[in-house]
Amino acid sequence: MRNILGKGLSSWGMMVLLLIVPLIFYYTGNAFYLDLATRLVILAIAAVGLNFVLGFGGLISFGHAAFLGLGAYAVGIPAYHEIYGGWDALASTNGFFHFGLAIGVGALFALVTGAISLKVKGVHFIMITMAFAQMIYYLVMSIEEYGGDDGLVIDMRSEFPLISLDDPIQFFLIAFASLALIMWLVHRMVNSRFGMVLRGSKGNESRMISIGYPTYRYRLVAYVISGAICGYAGALLGNFTAFISPEMMDWSRSGNLMFMVILGGVATIFGPVWGAIAFIVLEEILSGFTVYWHLPFGLMLVLVVMFSRGGISSLLRGKEDK
Amino acid sequence: MDTTLLVIQGLNGLQLGLLLFLVASGLTLVFGILDFVNLAHGSLYMVGAFICASLTFYFDSFLIALVVSLPLIGIFGYLFEIVVARKLYERDHLDHVLGTFGAILVIDTVAHIIWGANGISVPLPDYLEGQVSLTSDIQIPVFRLLIIAAGLASAALLFWMVNYTRLGMLIRAGASNRTMVSALGVDIKTLFSLVFAMGAVLAGLAGMLIAPITEASLGMGNNIIITAFVVIIVGGIGSMKGAFIAALIIGVIDTLGRAFLDDIFALFMSSEAAENSAPAISSMLIYLLMASVLYFKPAGLFPPKVR
Repeated sequence: MRNILGKGLSSWGMMVLLLIVPLIFYYTGNAFYLDLATRLVILAIAAVGLNFVLGFGGLISFGHAAFLGLGAYAVGIPAYHEIYGGWDALASTNGFFHFGLAIGVGALFALVTGAISLKVKGVHFIMITMAFAQMIYYLVMSIEEYGGDDGLVIDMRSEFPLISLDDPIQFFLIAFASLALIMWLVHRMVNSRFGMVLRGSKGNESRMISIGYPTYRYRLVAYVISGAICGYAGALLGNFTAFISPEMMDWSRSGNLMFMVILGGVATIFGPVWGAIAFIVLEEILSGFTVYWHLPFGLMLVLVVMFSRGGISSLLRGKEDK
Repeated sequence: MDTTLLVIQGLNGLQLGLLLFLVASGLTLVFGILDFVNLAHGSLYMVGAFICASLTFYFDSFLIALVVSLPLIGIFGYLFEIVVARKLYERDHLDHVLGTFGAILVIDTVAHIIWGANGISVPLPDYLEGQVSLTSDIQIPVFRLLIIAAGLASAALLFWMVNYTRLGMLIRAGASNRTMVSALGVDIKTLFSLVFAMGAVLAGLAGMLIAPITEASLGMGNNIIITAFVVIIVGGIGSMKGAFIAALIIGVIDTLGRAFLDDIFALFMSSEAAENSAPAISSMLIYLLMASVLYFKPAGLFPPKVR
């Protein structure tokens, strides 16, 4: 199972299919599937970002939906002011500003919360990342100017020279290219000296400390990078749905991201993409049967955790430790 | 800031703190003894509220429904422990989190199917609807006093049980050395099931007590569970005393923050700016508290001595 889900020809084939199949659907009149694929690719980017800390760093963050939400609001709030006035200095209608802001906000939030939560380990870390994500959820909900819990419609997508995010094909291609680029970057980082230290601290932290590595700082940098990736994915998501609401940061969304990373194959480059595909396909099929699709989905999750051999943790160790 | 409002809001904060303690104590008990992270603990709170709501209509009496619901939610927790949780103790925390996350989806959806998407409001009997005058101008709803009394009584009962009974002794022993306790011939599995069921009863009780004020609704468990996490992080995970003190601090700070922060802000900024920023800051207050506690004491205020 791990070989199939890990890497090799099948994963490259999967990427090619992921690029081509939605386009075929679009040109044969099934535009819906292109939208579905775009959402899939965006979620895959976020899952890759989460996998960077969860898989390679061993940091179980249950709050990554907050980064997605922050990225989406980094698009939505400037767009709101550009149309309805208020911040004339920001009214540049420039996508580079939106996306830059999303990445910056994601990284900054990761820096501040990571600096505190990385002081603790294990179950503390899980709960604290959850709590910080919930803090942003309630913060956004309490700001009535931006819709509170009703959310905010983005009337105008980010604008870039030469490309238009209003065109579904271009949007999909941009998202796909971003995914490929980010996967390549993660691959490079994981196999760099920095990535070695990060993986080493997951495997045996005291050994890394005793040979002189400040593991806390390495983890913090990794956490910031992960936050930036998810902020970027959030900016794409905000542009894609053209509607943002606190519900994007609900902690069940963080759970879904974890689901993608873990069932897809932790600490692999392609795993999160497989996971995102599995999640979208499951969601699509199950919600086609019943509005109560969370019931079979949850049952499946419980059963997989209970009966997978050695638990999910055997998957967590990843292939490089084998 | 007038004192009447301050007293009333202080009592509201105390009430919220005690409810938080009921939820957090079960969480910290289960974590301290079983080393088990139960995200689905909030679902027990929700199920408790729903069962009590249904039974209130069945018996036509809130108090009878409350008394009948308590063992029911205990049985529910007991079954949950046997069917799901027990299989996960030996695994690591990631498995706990994912498995109980799945359980939340299942329980929430089943609750949705049984009780519908809309919340159920729970009617109170007349004798609980009234107000009590504390002084000439401070009036407190009877039911809120009942919540405070019930919360304090359960806390006292819990402390007595953990510290002065044989069961409590076994629980404390199990928390510090699980293997040793089972080597001494204690049926550790039953003990664990009991602890789990007790946590369920406490969380369910909190849900039942809050239901007449808010209502029994689907999202209620998922909202309180994170606050309960904040409570046990601040208090020190696994510490009952820590959970109690942190729950009261957080309950009071949260309530007072929502009630008075705009007045406080208005002292040094324009009232318009205060009105806009106060809700945002007050919604973040307890998380900021958690962050600052963690910064200075990463293990919480009262970390348990043995782990």
